[in-house]
Amino acid sequence: MKFPNSSIALRLVIVLGVLLSLAAGAGVYAAYRYGRTAADEAFDRLLTGAALQIAERIGVADGHPIVDLPSSAFQLLSLAPNDRVFYRIIGPSGKTITGSNALPQPDKAAVSGPQIFETAYRGAPVRAVAVYRRLAEQSVFGDMTVIVAHTTEARADLARDIATKAMAAVAFATILIIAMAFWATRFALRPLGVIEDAIKSRDPLDLQPIEGPAPREVETLVYSINQFMTRLNRRVQDMHDFVADTAHQMRTPITAMRAQTEMAMDEDDPERLKSMLVRIRRRAIGVSRLMEQLLSRALVIHRSDTAPLVRLDLRRAALEAEREYLTSAQTVRGRILLELPESEVVVTADAFSLKEAIKNLLANSFTHGTPPVTLAVEMSGDFHALIKVSDCGAGLREEQVKTLGKRYARDDDKPESAGLGIAIVERVLSYTGGTLLKWRDDDGHLWLAMRLPLAEEAECCVGDF
Amino acid sequence: MLRWRFLGGALLSLFLWSIAPAAHADTTKFPALIGEAETSLKIASVTDLEQFRQMIDAFQRRYPRIAVTYEESTSDNLDSVSKDACEAEDYFADLVISSSLPRQVWFVNEGCAEPLGNLAATATPAWAQWRNEIVGLTYEPAVIVYNRAALGEAEVPRDRFALIDLLRQSDRFDGRIGTYDIERSGVGYFFAFEDSEQAGTWARLMESMGRNHVELFCCTSEILERVARGDLTFGYNVLGSYALDFQQRDRRIGIILPTDYTLVLTRAAFIPKTAGAKTAARLFVDFALSNEGRAILETESNFGTPAAGPAQLKELLSLNADTLRPIALNPTLLVPLDGEKRRSFVEIWRQSVAR
Repeated sequence: MKFPNSSIALRLVIVLGVLLSLAAGAGVYAAYRYGRTAADEAFDRLLTGAALQIAERIGVADGHPIVDLPSSAFQLLSLAPNDRVFYRIIGPSGKTITGSNALPQPDKAAVSGPQIFETAYRGAPVRAVAVYRRLAEQSVFGDMTVIVAHTTEARADLARDIATKAMAAVAFATILIIAMAFWATRFALRPLGVIEDAIKSRDPLDLQPIEGPAPREVETLVYSINQFMTRLNRRVQDMHDFVADTAHQMRTPITAMRAQTEMAMDEDDPERLKSMLVRIRRRAIGVSRLMEQLLSRALVIHRSDTAPLVRLDLRRAALEAEREYLTSAQTVRGRILLELPESEVVVTADAFSLKEAIKNLLANSFTHGTPPVTLAVEMSGDFHALIKVSDCGAGLREEQVKTLGKRYARDDDKPESAGLGIAIVERVLSYTGGTLLKWRDDDGHLWLAMRLPLAEEAECCVGDF
Repeated sequence: MLRWRFLGGALLSLFLWSIAPAAHADTTKFPALIGEAETSLKIASVTDLEQFRQMIDAFQRRYPRIAVTYEESTSDNLDSVSKDACEAEDYFADLVISSSLPRQVWFVNEGCAEPLGNLAATATPAWAQWRNEIVGLTYEPAVIVYNRAALGEAEVPRDRFALIDLLRQSDRFDGRIGTYDIERSGVGYFFAFEDSEQAGTWARLMESMGRNHVELFCCTSEILERVARGDLTFGYNVLGSYALDFQQRDRRIGIILPTDYTLVLTRAAFIPKTAGAKTAARLFVDFALSNEGRAILETESNFGTPAAGPAQLKELLSLNADTLRPIALNPTLLVPLDGEKRRSFVEIWRQSVAR
């Protein structure tokens, strides 16, 4: 069945209406049956009473059974005001003593008590009773049969009357229930209206969660709305941040580059001009790298809300990240040492974001450290995996380690660094459920590692990177 | 009565092949007042035509295109004709008006009657109609008539107890009381039967009458005439409409409506299922029940109507209307018709009366 979606109350009324109509139909049928039974019982008593009164007046005179028909029996039958009355009295020999020969006898033989049966008198359906009176005189011996019948108009009237009244009551109750259901639905759904009003009356920029109690049935709905609002709020915030960051970050290096190019234009000494060009080039690399990182970060942030987490092999992620890094950064001085375990290391993450994070760790090491850079994947005891990066130099200075991960904590000595790498890593970790670890080994090398929980046992691994 | 015997005899001698009803019925034709008759309505009745002529005339003035045939016969004859017709589902009349209530109720009970018009149910008390198939048109009490010259004003019995006392006192009324022979008179049997149903006085009354050598008659007019002449002092259970009619012409008789109870009979009408002119029959019944028809019954004749009868009788005879016992039209009237019942009743009656 197809319902208009417009109103829950309307749906309820339609469903309830159909159900109640069925119930009402059944009720009316039952009422009619009951009315019929009640009417039959009442008028059967009348019929039997009259027959017994007649049977009472049976006697024997001069060796013949006689009947002195009592008027009271017929007065009793006249209580069914419009019904025609028939009677027949049959002697022990089977001969009709008085009454109408056209009135049929019951099919079955005599039983002890009054016998009610339905038959027809000259084509009219009648209800009849047969009662028996045993005569035990010297001359007359056997059963006298008294049959009294009447038409069924009064019964039908009474049954119809009962059914009509029941029908009226049922109809009234049905309408009342539907009206009440409609009202009750509206009452029950009023909290939805309140929520609706709360959302409507909001400032368009207000993305705070909806406050106030919600009925249990719509708690999930409100929760979902609030989830959505939170996500939307974060997205709006992220976008805002991105625009602000980009504007802020790009302005300084581009201004610097402009100044340097202007200075270079005035320079005549080829030696100094060349060194200035080298500086401009380094600055340009920095700008492009910054741009790349800003976009990468924006992408990671975007994916953190949208991309599904899938099962993947950490070794493969490390391998691919290394290859991509080498491809994109042509200026790498030195090489990368890969240390991967024999067996697969399965984690749940977004492949793209994870690779971005690894590439940023590598970039960080190359920017601040001394090649060769080591990229290692290993199992950490308590159901976690580590992917760690280190170089052969002294690594970051202590004060740099402290500001690690802060956005734009840029090293002025290294204009090509954007200071966003570790921030991206942390962002990826925050929604993958991992943590950033940093420590110095015995040789004084700084290690940066992502500690990720292992995926639960299942077949590995979905998709290709 | 003489008239139909003469006519019947003449018909019999003239048309030897003619059938029985012709011998018992006196047929009068009323052609349509205007042009050719559209419908011809045949009324079978036990009522004297002269008593009913005004009704027919008024009806024809209202419906001038209906021709009416009025067939007057005795109640015994009409009863047997209608019984046979009902059982054989034959046509015998379009409308039946008769005071022979048990047979009429039987006719309706057998399912041989047609529904009447609307007025039968609405313009009539409940007791005077049944199933909307039979309706009482008149209101006729069973009265005691007496010879005013033979009885002092103070002696007039007002109820049956007084009558019984009077009959017991002396031999003064020996052979001077008359009533119907219930073996010959349908209405006589019916009144006697209803009397026996009403009160215990009936047995004592019959016994008193029997001791006073009650005279038995077939017909109302005979009783009335004899009382008027002084041959009889009392006439018991005489049909009131005839008595009132007679009294208006002959002041020698007095009329008593017994104050213990007064039986009231209503002359009833029904339309047989086999009727041809059912619509005309319904129109006639509705006309008789209409204000115009009732006015004729109430003022032009002494029939009265079920609606106005009690008040009229009360006024006419300074009677307490509570003692009027109209005989209701319902299946209880099947009892006096029962063969066994009738046989035993008549037997008891004969034992009491005919000594």
